[in-house]
Amino acid sequence: MKSSKKAFYFLIIPVLLWLILLIIIPHIDLFVSSFKAENDAGVMVWSLSNYASFFQDQIYWLTFVNTAVYAIGVTILAFVVTFPIAFYLTKVVSRKYASFLMLLLLIPLWIGELVTIYGWVIILGDHGVINEFLIWIGVIDTPFRLLYTNVSMTIGLLYMSMLFMIIPVMTTLESLDDSMIEAASDLGASKWTIFRRIIIPHAMPGITNGAIIVFMLVIGDYVAPNILGGKSSLWFTEQIYNQFLMTFNWNTGAAFGFLLLMLSSAVIWMALKLSGQKLDKVGQ
Amino acid sequence: MIRSLPNSPLYKAGYRLYALLFFIFLLIPLIAVVVLAFNDSNFIALPWKGFTLDWFFANNNERIGLFADENLVQSIWISVQTAFAMALFSTAIGTIAALLFEQEKFRFKGLLYFFAIAPLVIPGVILGISILLSSTYVGGILETKYGIDAEFFSPGFWLVVFGQFSFGATYVMLLVSARLKKFDPTLEEAALSLKATRLQSIWYVTVPFLKPAIIGAFVVAFLMSFSNFNTTIFLVGSDPTLPVDLYSRIKFSSTPVLNAVSFVIVLFITVVAVINLILNRNK
Amino acid sequence: MGNILEIKDLSKHFDDFIAVDQVTLNVKEGEFVSILGPSGCGKTTLLRIIAGFLKESVGDIFIRDESMKGISPEDRPVNIVFQSLALFPMMDVYENVAFGLKRKKLSKEEVAERVNDMLTRVGLLGFEKKRINELSGGQKQRVAIARSLVMKPSILLLDEPLSALDRKLREHMKVELKELQREIGTTFIYITHDQSEALVMSDRVAVMNKGFLEQVDTPHNLYNHPRTGFVAGFVGENNKFIITDKSDDTITTDGGWELTKPGLDFVPTVMFMRPEAFILQPDEHMQDVVRFEPTIKTILFDGANTKMSVMLKSGDEILISLPQNAKFQGLKEGDTIQIGVAYDNIKCYKE
Repeated sequence: MKSSKKAFYFLIIPVLLWLILLIIIPHIDLFVSSFKAENDAGVMVWSLSNYASFFQDQIYWLTFVNTAVYAIGVTILAFVVTFPIAFYLTKVVSRKYASFLMLLLLIPLWIGELVTIYGWVIILGDHGVINEFLIWIGVIDTPFRLLYTNVSMTIGLLYMSMLFMIIPVMTTLESLDDSMIEAASDLGASKWTIFRRIIIPHAMPGITNGAIIVFMLVIGDYVAPNILGGKSSLWFTEQIYNQFLMTFNWNTGAAFGFLLLMLSSAVIWMALKLSGQKLDKVGQ
Repeated sequence: MIRSLPNSPLYKAGYRLYALLFFIFLLIPLIAVVVLAFNDSNFIALPWKGFTLDWFFANNNERIGLFADENLVQSIWISVQTAFAMALFSTAIGTIAALLFEQEKFRFKGLLYFFAIAPLVIPGVILGISILLSSTYVGGILETKYGIDAEFFSPGFWLVVFGQFSFGATYVMLLVSARLKKFDPTLEEAALSLKATRLQSIWYVTVPFLKPAIIGAFVVAFLMSFSNFNTTIFLVGSDPTLPVDLYSRIKFSSTPVLNAVSFVIVLFITVVAVINLILNRNK
Repeated sequence: MGNILEIKDLSKHFDDFIAVDQVTLNVKEGEFVSILGPSGCGKTTLLRIIAGFLKESVGDIFIRDESMKGISPEDRPVNIVFQSLALFPMMDVYENVAFGLKRKKLSKEEVAERVNDMLTRVGLLGFEKKRINELSGGQKQRVAIARSLVMKPSILLLDEPLSALDRKLREHMKVELKELQREIGTTFIYITHDQSEALVMSDRVAVMNKGFLEQVDTPHNLYNHPRTGFVAGFVGENNKFIITDKSDDTITTDGGWELTKPGLDFVPTVMFMRPEAFILQPDEHMQDVVRFEPTIKTILFDGANTKMSVMLKSGDEILISLPQNAKFQGLKEGDTIQIGVAYDNIKCYKE
């Protein structure tokens, strides 16, 4: 065989195995399983009952909607909080200092959700850093309820997704020519105008990419809502977790998973369409 | 705004303050955890009761430190092994995928590439449950029809490795591709004209060029595996990885030993980050 | 026969144009053949087809009487020296030169022997451990050639290898390459746009234009007996004139200059005369010579290569070689001078 043919098979076969066995087949199975359920005789049959229970049981679809809305909220929050920092790192600080600060951003990411969320438990708890500090300076007498609320959950979600908004935004901001801002200023534009008309439009691709990644991470997150959220935190991924690992209703879980996947894909598709981009992003 | 524009001192100070607050926000959970690892108290948070190394080394009725807690040490070790195996597979297949998509032409390439980058936009949870579903199904068939006890297919070490590898390979592929795009194709032509087979030319000429990216990708994959929860939780068997173990402890039985573990992790990652910084400075 | 390379009616079509147009070329073993042509004439395309990196559309290539159809580069008995040299930056000089030999699974001793022999031949013995980025342009050149020659190919293909070098080094390398080829005896196929390179080094030159071989001949014949207007204009310096009219033995340029050129059995459209073909102040008894008396416009001093630009009453401008001996020392711009050119040195073509 020609050596180039041999090389081609050598390259494509592992990749095909990877994609078929670990991506394509599992997701087909996910889809198929969601349409199966045990009937009264205990036999697996085709059924829409999994989806039916989703729509009929208020708690399920309410949680779903709540999760989606929250995720959008966190995404917007992530943008608002981190955009000034992204701008700061690309345009204001010197290069050396900026790369040091960037490294600082990466450290919580590598440390992982569990440790960082746990850190927030320590800070927000009744005997946590914040409460003890407030008691110590005498502002309050008894601990303020911070943990197991929607606020703490939001902080956790924001914390673990911030980095994924900053990086794409920084990448697009880096290509913004300083002289454009200077020119606008020279022509009398106010800071707000420059921000609205020059900086934001230029950074739009990065913002879109960041928003897509943040949204996807947030709706699929389990740890932050579960540990930091209270009993009333309606988080859809928890429902999936429960179906698979608590009640062992795998088929229902599959249906839920598939719905989550559809939501995630729909939002991504919409965002890409709106910004006119293709699915060609670089992870880091 | 930018450096070159005149800004009021108030604006500058305000901006700097905001950046400072942001980085405090960023680091505060880590600092809290690190400091409280040395807290002489049986509770995970404040108040501060003095300095101690108990939560690392103690082994008595009251306190079991990190190094004395067999289960915890075991889960760290499992995480290391899992991460190493997963990084190995991810780096190998990810590099192969990078070569395939950058250098080969074939039908359905676009479609295949779509699947290769799909893990970037599929929540980890979904990857986890879908692999759990299909592997259980296959494992079940193997057992009932053929009587093979398929360890790979039920939750356990290898299922975790393969589950994590499913998206790890994607990240490696992207990292290696970035470097591969800068490769001078005439080098491979030269190798071919010197009678090397295509595979030899890839191995002796292209891969050495990719080495820095491959090593970097290996480290990234390792860290991704080590800290992963969303996909792993569905695929673990009786031996949990560190994140899974931490989760159940945080939920149900938290002692300051968690602070100690966190301290070790923070230390480890900080060292890796500093090494990375030094290496990049030298380039 | 004894042809080491036979290219038969080779053509290469791309979507909108023909890169190689019905090329036929036979090369004998041990020959130094150049393919000469301007940028975009298709010579690099032709080279890549011979090497196996590109597939021909029509025609075939035979090396030692074996057809190369469908045979990939690593299986052909040719080696190629790339324009960019393509030296492996992650290996040192020894590893670069040894690379091909190692693929052939020769013993370590044999590899070392052949590598050292070749390094000696190119004058780089002692450079084994040097990294590629430590080498000068000329040294890199020699490593690239050594790397290919050590493989003992039937044919060595060279793609404009000297184009990146500065002028003095290029002149030196031309001689070196020629001698190296003579010594080792490998057949060289050399691609270039520089006609002086081709003329100096080659046994034969194939002049290529728009994918087509205009003339394949010795340098001497190409220079003195160009068969087409393109070759006449491309090889060596030449004065080109557009011919607008012919009646009997008289031809007229577009500037209005009428001159005698007997023996033409077709109506030419271009005319060429070499700068050194002109006779300054010809003897009045000379026969078969066109005479005219132009004014000197500019003298372009360049040592032995000095030329002067003269202008005829018709407005035609001609570049004429000016020998640097005492006889013509007194000439200056504005002077008129008698010039003659033999009929034989007036080359006419129908384009």
